[in-house]
Amino acid sequence: MVNTRVTLCGIELDNPVIPASGTFGYGYEFAELYDINCLGTFSFKGTTREPRFGNPTPRIAECTAGMINAVGLQNPGVEAVIREELPRLGKAFRKPVMANVSGFSVEDYAFTCALLDREEQVGWLEVNVSCPNVHGGGMSFGTDPASAAEVTRAVKAVTKKPVILKLSPNVTDIAAIARACEDAGADGISLINTLLGMRIDPRTRRPVIANVMGGFSGPAIFPVALRMVYQVSKAVSVPVVGMGGVASAEDVIEMMMAGASAVEVGAQNLVDPFASKKIVEALPAAMEKYGVTSLEEIIGTAH
Amino acid sequence: MNRELLTITENEPLTASVFRMRLSGCAGGYLPGQFVNVALPGLYLRRPISVCDLADGTLTLIYKVVGRGSELMSRLRPGEKLDVLTGLGNGYDLAAAGDAPLLVGGGVGVPPLYYLAKELIKQGKTVSVVLGFNTKDEIFYEDEFRALGCQTAVTTADGSRGVKGFVTDALPGGASYYYACGPLPMLKALYRAAPFPGEMSFEERMGCGFGACMGCSMMTKSGAKRVCREGPVFKKEELLW
Repeated sequence: MVNTRVTLCGIELDNPVIPASGTFGYGYEFAELYDINCLGTFSFKGTTREPRFGNPTPRIAECTAGMINAVGLQNPGVEAVIREELPRLGKAFRKPVMANVSGFSVEDYAFTCALLDREEQVGWLEVNVSCPNVHGGGMSFGTDPASAAEVTRAVKAVTKKPVILKLSPNVTDIAAIARACEDAGADGISLINTLLGMRIDPRTRRPVIANVMGGFSGPAIFPVALRMVYQVSKAVSVPVVGMGGVASAEDVIEMMMAGASAVEVGAQNLVDPFASKKIVEALPAAMEKYGVTSLEEIIGTAH
Repeated sequence: MNRELLTITENEPLTASVFRMRLSGCAGGYLPGQFVNVALPGLYLRRPISVCDLADGTLTLIYKVVGRGSELMSRLRPGEKLDVLTGLGNGYDLAAAGDAPLLVGGGVGVPPLYYLAKELIKQGKTVSVVLGFNTKDEIFYEDEFRALGCQTAVTTADGSRGVKGFVTDALPGGASYYYACGPLPMLKALYRAAPFPGEMSFEERMGCGFGACMGCSMMTKSGAKRVCREGPVFKKEELLW
């Protein structure tokens, strides 16, 4: 009998598998297919202060072992999320959920987090300072240690819930940004958001994505993500949530050995709606295969 | 939505670039205007394709070879199995048809209208169809629509067969509601030309095809909608044209 339980910022999870924000909606599309309570938790669609339509289409492009998206944080705004989405989410999912928040100013982040702080089902705030698809916000806060720290402090001041900063890989030194967030009070770090990429359609000779560039995700980015999780978890003492190209229980185990306390599954949910459930179900056998009795004991063994 | 493992029973060209694939083992129960999302070996994203027909557990898909996905699909052989998400999207609103609905399709927008025509005829409707193509060599399914009992007109842009021009040059009188699927310029022209209500099926590059990723959103009079979930069919009065 193996033990898949892990603790993330003081909250216990049945297993470390967490569908990533933007790949799982508010859970109910997936709840039509399976009981999503088998998941550790999930991170719901990135939420901003105001409603957003996002970028023009096409927003999606195929890549080798992955995809590019340039959705641009489409969401109904925090007030509608609280009024309409969370009550529905609560009917399908009974565990603490991770609220993913983005913004265009430090005040935006604080405003949105302050409202979500009052929601009982929200277990963690995952603060996205890494969206590559919006201008003048998102990633610009996550490419500079001082800005990332400022967002962290502003959010910490309005919530008692654990605050996890979600970082961009599109930086020179991700460990320095993680340390700045930790010093500013972050309770955890999650990484990586997507890698900035693009595709061109040779028939039209133009970019496939209307916004030209987008975020590259999928199994192709797993080695890059794993390397960064390793670097960041060596640099900070707060828990790290690893993500980027995770598609199997083996990937989860590798991420944890690199230093992750929990693992998010992103793009794979889009091509296989059962991916996260399959990973949860495959974990015990994968653990037995590698002689792991408790997942907590393998966190950071590669260090 | 269901995930099904279907077996290819046929994959043959109808024209130089349009193929028909038939798959067996289908649970069924999908509506005209819905689509399926097909996983193709070696590609990451699934490919969304409209349902052309569904009969006795056999699903018919008609697709045009335009890129890497459809090229790969055209090389698959009978006997191979495909992982398919089925029953996606809203489908056409059959209740809105009235007694004499008009179906308007252009190019690879024609296939979903076939299943729709079949179901409308089952309900005792008098169905008129206008099918638009660029040239006579690209025409497919004209005979199939006639065989269903539809009043069928064909247009070609170059006049090589049927009415010379576009679908809007061959709209019959007497219709009070239309269903359409085709390229965006055709839909816009029809929107302006037909003075009566209708609904249109849209196409967009999709990530998941089932509402999770927000990759295919479209702005409508009642806000942002997902082409894969609230669509692909939208009522004329919802469109911001």
